[in-house]
Amino acid sequence: MQQAQILSTPTRLRPGARWERFQRRYAPYIFISPFFILFAIFGLFPIVFSAYLSLHEWQPAAGLGSMKFVGLRNFTDNLTDPTFWQSLKNTGIIALESGIPQHVIAIPLAFAIHMGLKRVKGLMTALYFLPYITSVVAISVIFVTIFSWQYGVLNVLLTWLHHIPLIGGLFPAEKVNWLGNRAFVQPAVASVVVWRYVGWNVVLYLSGLQAINGDLYEAAAVDGATTFQQFRSITLPLLRPIMFVAITLTLIGNLQLFEEPYIIAGDSGGIGNVALTTVMYMYRTYNFYSDAGLAAAMSWLLFVLIGVLTLINNRVFGKSRLSGAD
Amino acid sequence: MSRAAALLLLGLGALITVLPFYFMFVFATHSRAEIFNLPPPTWFGDNSAANYTNLLGKVPFWRNLWNSLYLAGLSTMTTLFFCSLAGYAFAMYNFKYREALFGIVLATLLIPSALNIVPFALIMQAFGWIDQPRALWVPGMASAFGIFLMRQYIGSAIPKELVEAARIDGTSEFGIYRRIIVPLCGPALATLGLITFINSWNNFLGPLIIFRSVETFTAPLALRSIQGLVNTDWGALMFGVALTVVPLLVVFAFASRQLIEGLTSGALKG
Repeated sequence: MQQAQILSTPTRLRPGARWERFQRRYAPYIFISPFFILFAIFGLFPIVFSAYLSLHEWQPAAGLGSMKFVGLRNFTDNLTDPTFWQSLKNTGIIALESGIPQHVIAIPLAFAIHMGLKRVKGLMTALYFLPYITSVVAISVIFVTIFSWQYGVLNVLLTWLHHIPLIGGLFPAEKVNWLGNRAFVQPAVASVVVWRYVGWNVVLYLSGLQAINGDLYEAAAVDGATTFQQFRSITLPLLRPIMFVAITLTLIGNLQLFEEPYIIAGDSGGIGNVALTTVMYMYRTYNFYSDAGLAAAMSWLLFVLIGVLTLINNRVFGKSRLSGAD
Repeated sequence: MSRAAALLLLGLGALITVLPFYFMFVFATHSRAEIFNLPPPTWFGDNSAANYTNLLGKVPFWRNLWNSLYLAGLSTMTTLFFCSLAGYAFAMYNFKYREALFGIVLATLLIPSALNIVPFALIMQAFGWIDQPRALWVPGMASAFGIFLMRQYIGSAIPKELVEAARIDGTSEFGIYRRIIVPLCGPALATLGLITFINSWNNFLGPLIIFRSVETFTAPLALRSIQGLVNTDWGALMFGVALTVVPLLVVFAFASRQLIEGLTSGALKG
């Protein structure tokens, strides 16, 4: 203690020293402050404001004075609105139809790239990643023409496949009205989402695979395990931590789908509203019905749903993640 | 045998992935009538010039592309600066509440963006920033993901002794950032820059809320406005789509390795 005092005495005499100490102590706070200032204004405040808003009836065009406290009415209004429930159902179905295939395709794909194809690894990963970096709007526009009923490339291809002997029976004889038939709109939207995110997941899973010790595979091969057995008993269990991350990201992203259904099925939500997702409905409520309070309440309901599903996912994958790490 | 099967499946998957891009470029060279012909065109046509003229007749597309570039460029530069600065602070200093503050940064990643849509629109309305590009680039000046990425990189790639040595030599704290951290952060800055640029270039919902007049539209918004017309000129639209996507494809062709490696190592070290 005394020594420190003695040491600090001469530094006090040097003119620049105090400034040096001062800036060393406060520099980190100054360096991180831009993010926190931005977050306070554009992140935290909007969330608090949106919570406040969800308890009020408000048409933004009428000015702040017209805000009226209505308690939980916006929430009960949403929960008794059949269209809101339909939008949730649509979101859930599209999220499942696009979420499950994404991972079912990406995991074996990443495994195949990692195990046997080191030479084409870079090229393959880049190709599969390509849709992820491309504008959803651009891609969705292309898919609208590809899905087109009478003249779309997809239907032409399917018809052509139908005429091949032996496997032809697997493909439809009639042209499918992808965007004009209730039953096919959701799978059509989901397939675009799958197409877009498989590469992203492949990259995630490749990073997970690289972390698995190669000796394990060698030992298993010596014991006579087939590639499939190695995949099942080594790769899948050890991939769990990264699966948890990837599935969490898919869950959060898929429950907030907006652009793909908006462009492919149109802002009306497509035939019979089957592609109207909750975020689309929220945007409509705010933008066209100018009901800011109702839209804010809707976003909180969606937030709760995302939170609950994330927790469940945490229970299912998060726990085994711990045991996997041990 | 199984290797050949794997290669075949991978190749087929890659084909499905790339085919829509191929049709995008093929359709960009055909008229609307040709695109919706039976069978659809599978090779390039000769209608590009007309598509280009029609596109410019509908929207000021070069202006829209410039708007996208302006927004993406500004967000990228500011994000690189502020995120590397914050990443440096989190990686190289011991300060009070460091862990808690970094925890807050990470927690913000989990907030669903849907929660923000309505208040974001209202705040921008209140600021009078509707139809102003700053409504998008100012909030986009720093990102939690960027801080996370930069901290991981700086913490693992730059030795603390280097910073200490510079400090003893009398370099100021910001001087250390500028003369030591930034020059050594090349790979991480490149990855973060690419991600930020791509995300901004492809952003749709933000511009949809902010921009009202076609002069301020970004490229994706302009494309959407053409598609919304009753009699969509699909040839012109496809030409616009191709013009929007080509810069990204070029950048990606040069930087895909860097981008993917940066992303995977960032995910791994988390």
